[in-house]
Amino acid sequence: MKMLRIGYVTATILGIFWSAVVAICVAISLALLTGAAVTPGLLAVMPAGLIIGILLLITPKTIPARTYILAALFAMLLFAFRLSQPFGITLGEATIMQIFALAAISFGTVGPLKIMLSELPAGTLNRHEFEGSIIKFLTGFGYVFFTVVVAIPFFVMIMTSFKSQQALLLNPLDYSLDLDKGWGLFRSYVELFRDFGFGKYLLTSFFVSVMTVLLTLLFSVPGAYAVARLRFKGQAAMSRSILLIYMVPMIVLALPIYIAFSSVGLRNSIFGILLIYPVTTIPVALYMLQGYFRGLPAEVEEAGLMDGLSRLQVIWKITLPLTRGVAMLNSSEIPRQHLMAGSVIATIPIMLIFLGLEKFMTKGLTAGSVKG
Amino acid sequence: MQKATPPKGTGPLQKREAKLAWGMLAPTIISASLVVILPLLAIFWISFKPIQLADLRVPSPEVYERIKGKIEAAGDEAIYELRLTNSSRQEPLTDVTLQDVIPNGMTILELDQRCTLNDRDLRCVFGDFAAGYRERISMPFSADQAFVDADPNPRDSVAIMAGNSTSILLDGTFTLKNFQRMFNGREFWSVIGVTLFYSIFGTLGALIVGLFAALLLNKSFKGQGMLRGLYLFPYVTPVIAVAFTWVTLFDPFSGSANALLIQMGVLAEPINFFGAKPQALIMVTVFEIWRYFPMSFLFILARMQSIDTGMYEAADMDGASPFQQFWYLSVPQLAGIISVLFLLRFIWTFNKFDDIFLLTGGSAGTRTLTVDVYEQAFAVSNIGAGAAVAVVIFIMLLVFSIVFFKYGSQEEGL
Repeated sequence: MKMLRIGYVTATILGIFWSAVVAICVAISLALLTGAAVTPGLLAVMPAGLIIGILLLITPKTIPARTYILAALFAMLLFAFRLSQPFGITLGEATIMQIFALAAISFGTVGPLKIMLSELPAGTLNRHEFEGSIIKFLTGFGYVFFTVVVAIPFFVMIMTSFKSQQALLLNPLDYSLDLDKGWGLFRSYVELFRDFGFGKYLLTSFFVSVMTVLLTLLFSVPGAYAVARLRFKGQAAMSRSILLIYMVPMIVLALPIYIAFSSVGLRNSIFGILLIYPVTTIPVALYMLQGYFRGLPAEVEEAGLMDGLSRLQVIWKITLPLTRGVAMLNSSEIPRQHLMAGSVIATIPIMLIFLGLEKFMTKGLTAGSVKG
Repeated sequence: MQKATPPKGTGPLQKREAKLAWGMLAPTIISASLVVILPLLAIFWISFKPIQLADLRVPSPEVYERIKGKIEAAGDEAIYELRLTNSSRQEPLTDVTLQDVIPNGMTILELDQRCTLNDRDLRCVFGDFAAGYRERISMPFSADQAFVDADPNPRDSVAIMAGNSTSILLDGTFTLKNFQRMFNGREFWSVIGVTLFYSIFGTLGALIVGLFAALLLNKSFKGQGMLRGLYLFPYVTPVIAVAFTWVTLFDPFSGSANALLIQMGVLAEPINFFGAKPQALIMVTVFEIWRYFPMSFLFILARMQSIDTGMYEAADMDGASPFQQFWYLSVPQLAGIISVLFLLRFIWTFNKFDDIFLLTGGSAGTRTLTVDVYEQAFAVSNIGAGAAVAVVIFIMLLVFSIVFFKYGSQEEGL
C-alpha cells in the first residue's frame, strides 16, 4: 500500500487504467457505428496513457492549453505505437469517424486524467490525496461503465429495428444507419403494423393497462387511506401484510388459476386477465399510496371534519386532490411480438410515461418507503 | 374475511371509524383472498393429486342431431337420428340426460324407450355412459305440411345434454407420488442449487452495483437527472423487450457481443452465452443484476440524500479519508435500507420466472424452481408434479418472509 502512495506510481497506474477504459469504450463505439474491424490495441494505448499520466504530474499547471498539447501528444503516441493505424484499420476506412474517435480517445484520456491527478504531488502522498484520486478514477470509471452497459442494449434494440436481417447476419457489428434508404429505414415498423396486426396488440395492451390501473386505484385508494389514517385494531398488521401478497410468486398462483380458468372458460380472455392483474398490482399501489397519505398533513383533513364533512367526503374533497399523480405509476403490460421494432414500440410508451413522471416516481418511492 | 371486532370499551366514534376502515379495506381483502389465498390453498390440494394436464378437460356428454332421408311432401317418412358420445375416453359419465325441442310438424312414430315427448319437448334419460361411449338413436318420423314448408334443421334448437362426472380434481384420491418423485429425482436438487445461486448472486450483485451507482449520483452536477433517468431504463423497460435484446446481442452466430470479443482478440471462437452449461447461469444472473440494480440504486440514493452532510464535514475536519468516511459513516447509515433491500430483492429474485423463461427457457442448467413449476406442469403436462414444486417454493418463501419480518421490520418501518 505504501508503495502505491507515491505520486509517480499512482499517476502511472491511473494513466494506464484510464487510457485502457477510454480506449475500449471508443473502440466499441467506433466498431458499432461503422462496422469496421476496430481493435482497441491496449498494448499501444496503455504505454501512451502511462506517459500522459506522468507528464500530467510533472508539467506545471500554468502552461497554456496544456490539455490540448497533451491530447495531441497522446494522439501522436497512438499513431506511433500502432504504426499509423490508431484503431487497427487503415485510415482510408471511415476516415471522418476515425478522426472523431481519435479526438474522443485523446481528450477522453487527457481531460479526466487531468482532474484525477490535479491534486497529486509527485512525491509521497497522504491518505487524502491518494484516496481522492482513486475515488475520482472510480467515479469516472463508474460513469463510463454504467452508461455503456445500460445504453448498449438499447442502442442495439433501436438500431436493429432499422436494419435488415441479412445485413446483420453479414456483419453483426455494423449498426451504422444506411441513410440512403430514407423512409425505407422504418420498414420493420410498417411491416409490424401492416402484416402482424401489431396495432391490435397495442390496443389490447393499452386497454388492459388502463383498466388495470383504474381497478387498482379503485381498490387501493380506500384501502391505503384506511391503513394510513384510520385507527382500528389490526392496522399495523394490515399495513405490513399487504406486501406479503407481493412475495407470493406468480407462477405458484398461476397453476390453480389456470385450472380454474380452464374449467370456467376464462382462459385466453381479457376479462380473465382483468380479474388477475389488478390484484397483483394492488399491494404495491396500496403500499405506496399509504406512505403518501401519511405524508399529507392530517390537520387539513381534521379541519374538513370540523367543518362538518363526513370521512368519505374528506377523502373525496381534500385528500384525493392532494394525491393526484402518484397513482399513475403502474403501467407496463407488454405485447408479445418478438421483434425489435415491437420491443421499441413497447418500450416507448413506458419510457414516455416514465420520463414524464420520473421525478414524481422517485419522490413517491421515497415517500412510500424510505423514511430516514 | 375477518370480521370487524372493535375492542371493548371503545366509544361509538371509534367503532364507527374501525367499521369504516374495514369497509374500505374489504374490496382489497376479498379480491386478495380470491386471487391469492384461495389458489395457495388449492396448490396444496393439487400437489397431492395424481393429475395430468389432460385431466383438466372435464368429460361431457355430446350429441349430434340430424335427419336421415328426404322429406319432399307432407306425409313422407324419414329418420331423426341422435348421435351420442362421451367426450372423454378415460372418464365415465353418470345420469346423462338430454333436453331438446323437435322441429314443428314432426310426428315421431317410434320413440326411443328412454325418451318422453310432451308436445314438442323431447326429454331423454340415458343413465350412465362408459368412457368413450358412443351410440346412435334412430327415431322414424313422419312430416306434415308445416315441416315441408319450413324445411327445418334439427340443430336449430340446441339439444342440452347434462351428465355428472367425477373429476379427479375433486374426488377423494390422494397420492404422495408427486413429492416422492420430486425428492428422489436428481434434477430437483440441482434445481434448488441453481435457484439459490441465482437468487444470492443476483441479489448481492444488484445491491453492490446499485450502491456503486448511488454513490456516483449522490452529488449534484449538470446532467445528473438525465443520467439517473438513463440508469433506470433497464428496470422500467418491459422484460420481453430487454430479454430479447440480450438474446440477440449474445447470440452465438449472429450476436454482436461474440463478434466484438472475437474482433478485439478476447475470444478465439464464439461462445454460446445462453446455451451452454456454466456460462448460461452466469449470464442470467448478470441479466438479473443488470435489470434490477436500478431498483437498489433508487432506494439507496433516496436514503443517502437524507444523510446529514454535516457529519461528513465533521469527519473531514477530524482527518477521516474519503474511504474511511464511506466505511465508517455511510455504510452504517445505509445498513438498514441495504438489509431490507437484500431480503426483499432476494425474495423477488427467488420468485422470478419470466426473466429466465424468456432468456433460456430453463435450459442449459438455468432451471430455477419457478421455471421448474412451469416445466413440470405444462411442458411435461404433469400438473400434480408442478404443484408439488410450487409447494416447496411456497414453504421456502414462508421461511424467508418470517426472516424478513423479523429483521426487516424494525429497520425501515417496512
